[in-house]
Amino acid sequence: MVMSGLRNSVAFVGSADTEVGVVPGLSATELCVQAALSAIHDAGLDKSQVDGLITCNAMAQPIMYHAEAMAEYLQIFPRYCMSVNTGGGTTFSIIHHAAAAIVTGMADTIVISMADSLRSGMTREQAAKTQSSTGHPLYEQIYGLPVPAYYALIAQAHMAEFGTREEHYAEIAVATREHAVNNPAAQKRDRISIDDVLSSRLIADPLHLLDCSLVSDGGAAVVLTSAERAKDLPNDPVYLLGVGEGHSHEHISQARTLTTSAAKESGQRAFAMAGLTVNDIDFAQLYDCFTPTVLIELEDLGFCAKGEGGAYVASGALRSGGALPVNTHGGMLSHCHSGNPGSMFALTETIQQLRHATGPRQLDTAQTALVHAQGGIMSSHTTMILGREPC
Amino acid sequence: MSNSAIDAHFRDGCEQGQLRLQRCTACEYVQFYPRVACSACGSDQLKWFVASGQGKIASYTVVRLPISQQFADLVPYVAALVDLQEGPRMMSVIVDSSPDQVCVGQAVRLAFRQWGSAEQQPIFTVVAPQN
Ligand SMILES: [Zn+2]
Repeated sequence: MVMSGLRNSVAFVGSADTEVGVVPGLSATELCVQAALSAIHDAGLDKSQVDGLITCNAMAQPIMYHAEAMAEYLQIFPRYCMSVNTGGGTTFSIIHHAAAAIVTGMADTIVISMADSLRSGMTREQAAKTQSSTGHPLYEQIYGLPVPAYYALIAQAHMAEFGTREEHYAEIAVATREHAVNNPAAQKRDRISIDDVLSSRLIADPLHLLDCSLVSDGGAAVVLTSAERAKDLPNDPVYLLGVGEGHSHEHISQARTLTTSAAKESGQRAFAMAGLTVNDIDFAQLYDCFTPTVLIELEDLGFCAKGEGGAYVASGALRSGGALPVNTHGGMLSHCHSGNPGSMFALTETIQQLRHATGPRQLDTAQTALVHAQGGIMSSHTTMILGREPC
Repeated sequence: MSNSAIDAHFRDGCEQGQLRLQRCTACEYVQFYPRVACSACGSDQLKWFVASGQGKIASYTVVRLPISQQFADLVPYVAALVDLQEGPRMMSVIVDSSPDQVCVGQAVRLAFRQWGSAEQQPIFTVVAPQN
């Protein structure tokens, strides 16, 4: 089946981040609303022109009818309204759904807004426990693994199978931090070395503290509309060229393999829809809850062969000026990670890069980008390919 | 936590020192965790049997930060994915060994012990290498 259905049909016309990092005094709901209003303003629209709203529930302030509650707070009255939950993968799977809703006429202009307050709205123990509830309640959680330990099982398996080294994982943290240095909004901006990563304390072997993403507050929102309507709005539209999903398991003990993820399927589906290959991609934003996640995504998305992720990152590919700059805002490792909304910031950064509006960290080759998010323990994957021009 | 009779049967096994697995009578597939139907062919004709307790470490980590107070006295400990001789993979912990005695591919043997707040959990110990 040729999956070209959504290609070039919708475009991002608005994007905004709230303040991120440690943001006391603003609840998850308030951050979500702020993000939505800023994105609507950025798009040059009035909230009365929004007829679709998609949100994701917040861990710090869960609400049973989340999207409906946000619409009420905003006093908008959408004809398309839903909240979705596939963890970190939610951010991009909802774009897939929103694009389909626009193409089928369920809505014309959809705001996608997500925020959470993991740092200021929860205790450290609450945040750790809520996130690790991704483990099977009867057959995994009983052993007490925090989330980093689940990912460490994947990291260790990759090392045993392919000879990947801790230094390779560390290079991903170093390259990401290098990008964050140029982003004034990033939570962590001090340069780090591979030695700094390896000498930071072990959290779950082989993962050190600096292999782990941050715990943050923050929200972001985007506005999606049809490519046709996008032409009449003030910003340069950023087109959705391709999108695909892959779902292989929920619990890591049930994964088909530990070292190949469903990013392989989501990537193939996105590239097939766009009619493009990895050679067309100028930069990428890859889900970086932990450094090994990035390495496996690079392989599964086809930027290097399976097992060669270590050598690929060691070449400096991910750094500014490298073969494939990755997480140009600083990712969740250095910019912020507010839970499920984590990769919304990768999306807003991509939109700004493709508008050529990121100032000192602007990549001059930014024409076509790949963004990838996953949720669970490498469980639920969505890949999107975005471009300055339709393809 | 679960009102499932299947989960209760598994739990009863643990209390008797048995790791109970399901084998499909239609296609012979062995599965864990227990389910209402075969995850390979969909048949609901499943037979319980007791696992041999032999397995190999598929991957492992050392948990250094306790998720909550109830695990605080246990850290650091080795958590592992264990491939059972009968086929399925399960999450567990490796006890009575220091982390440097543990590696991917290491043979392990089943035991039952209190872990966290729960009695009689399936756990594994390293099988001493043969001379
Ligand atoms: Zn069967």
